[in-house]
Amino acid sequence: MQKIYDSAEAALDGLLRDNLLIAAGGFGLCGIPELLLEAIRKSGVKGLTFASNNAGVDDFGIGILLQTKQVRKMMSSYVGENAEFMRQYLEGELEVEFNPQGTLAERMRAGGAGIPGFYTKTGVGTQIAEGKEHKDFNGETYILEHGIFADLAIVKAWKADDTGNLIFRKTARNFNVPAATCGRICIAEVEEIVPRGSLDPDQIHLPGVYVHRIVQGEHEKRIEQRTTRKREEA
Amino acid sequence: MPWDRNQMAERAAQELADGMYVNLGIGIPTLVANYTGDKDITLQSENGMLGMGPFPFEGDEDPDLINAGKQTITELERTAYFDSATSFAMIRGGKIACAILGAMEVSEKGDLANWMIPGKLVKGMGGAMDLVAGVGRVVVVMDHTNKHGDSKVLRECTLPLTGKGVVDLIITNLGVLEVGHKGLHILECAPGVTREDIRAATEATIVD
Repeated sequence: MQKIYDSAEAALDGLLRDNLLIAAGGFGLCGIPELLLEAIRKSGVKGLTFASNNAGVDDFGIGILLQTKQVRKMMSSYVGENAEFMRQYLEGELEVEFNPQGTLAERMRAGGAGIPGFYTKTGVGTQIAEGKEHKDFNGETYILEHGIFADLAIVKAWKADDTGNLIFRKTARNFNVPAATCGRICIAEVEEIVPRGSLDPDQIHLPGVYVHRIVQGEHEKRIEQRTTRKREEA
Repeated sequence: MPWDRNQMAERAAQELADGMYVNLGIGIPTLVANYTGDKDITLQSENGMLGMGPFPFEGDEDPDLINAGKQTITELERTAYFDSATSFAMIRGGKIACAILGAMEVSEKGDLANWMIPGKLVKGMGGAMDLVAGVGRVVVVMDHTNKHGDSKVLRECTLPLTGKGVVDLIITNLGVLEVGHKGLHILECAPGVTREDIRAATEATIVD
C-alpha cells in the first residue's frame, strides 16, 4: 500500500480525462486543494464538472480552471466572488446547478455512504424543488435529492500519515470530508505527512480507507476577506 | 424616530435566550452579536464551527479560520469544529434554536425571499434555504421599505422564494411584526412610530 506521491502531477497520473465529475473540498478559499487544481490546469483536461461549494476567485482555486475554459459545469451553492465565472455563466458558456449548501454537502455525504437519494425539506416551495419528487412524512413535505458519486475527489488536509488517515485544521475541514468520501478515487494534498503512529487514532477526522493518494506540498492559503479589530479595543 | 441598524440589531438580540445556539446572517444580523449582554449564546457558522469568536487582532489572522461570510475570525474556549455535512445536519435537524437573517421581501404567510432577483446576477443561495427550513425559529431583520419607498412586507413575495412559510418574526426599522395564521400582528412600534405608520408602510395584511 503505497499512497504517497512526490507531486500533485504524479498523484493525478492516470486518473484524468475529459468530462470527469470531480468533487472538490473547500469553502471560499479556505481548505481548497490548490496544488491539485493547479496540476489539473496544467494537464489541460476539458469539459470538467465540479461539485464544489464555491468556484474560487479569478486567479485562485477553481477560478484558474475557468480562465482556461476547462470547466463545463459547476454544482455549487454560492459563486459570487469570481468575475470570469460570472462572464462565462451569463454568456451561457458555463452551466451552473445551484444547490442549497446543506443539500450539496449531504448529496456528497450520501454518495460516499452508498445512499443514492434522500428526502429533505430544504427548498420545498422554491425554484429548487421544481421537477423533483415530493413526498410527505408525518404531515410535512420533503423533496428527493440525489447522492453525488464523483469520478474523482480532491481535498486538502492539514496532516496525513502514510495510510491516508487525515486531520484537518479549524474551519478548513468544511466540504473536504464529504467531498473525499464521494469520490471513486480520492487524492488528498496535505501540509505535512507524519510517521505512522504519530496521529492519535481517537482524533482522526477522516480514516484512510477514503484516501487513495496523498501528496505533501507548500500551500499559499490565501485569505479572501481579511477582517481584524484594533488591539486598543481589547 | 425609526430604529437605525444598531437599534434593530439590539431589538433582535432580545429574541435570544440564555443557552441558545444561534446562526446570524450577513449584514445587520451580524451586529446582533454586539447586544447579547450577559446571555450565554453560542454562535454557529455554517462552514463548520460552533462558538464563533470576534475578529482577530491585526497580525493574528488565520486563513484556516473564517466565518460563513469568508471573514477571518477567532475561536473561543467552547469552540467545536466539524465538516459541512455535520454542520447542516445540525441545522436541518433542528438543533440550532434560531437564525437571524436579512431579507429582500417577506410575505404575511412567512414566505421569505432573499437570494435572487430575476434578470440580475444570481450568486446562489448559500446556506440560506437550509437554515430557514431547519432551524427552530427564523427572525428577519430588514428595512420596512426598499429604496423606492415600496413595502418589503407583502401579501405575496414577488421574488423567487428562499423558503415558504418559514419566517416567525419580522424586525424592521419601524417595529416588530409576528407572522400569525391570518396575517401579521404588530407587537411593537419603534419610538415615535405609530401603528398607523406601520399599516401605511405595509402592503401585507395586518390583523392587529
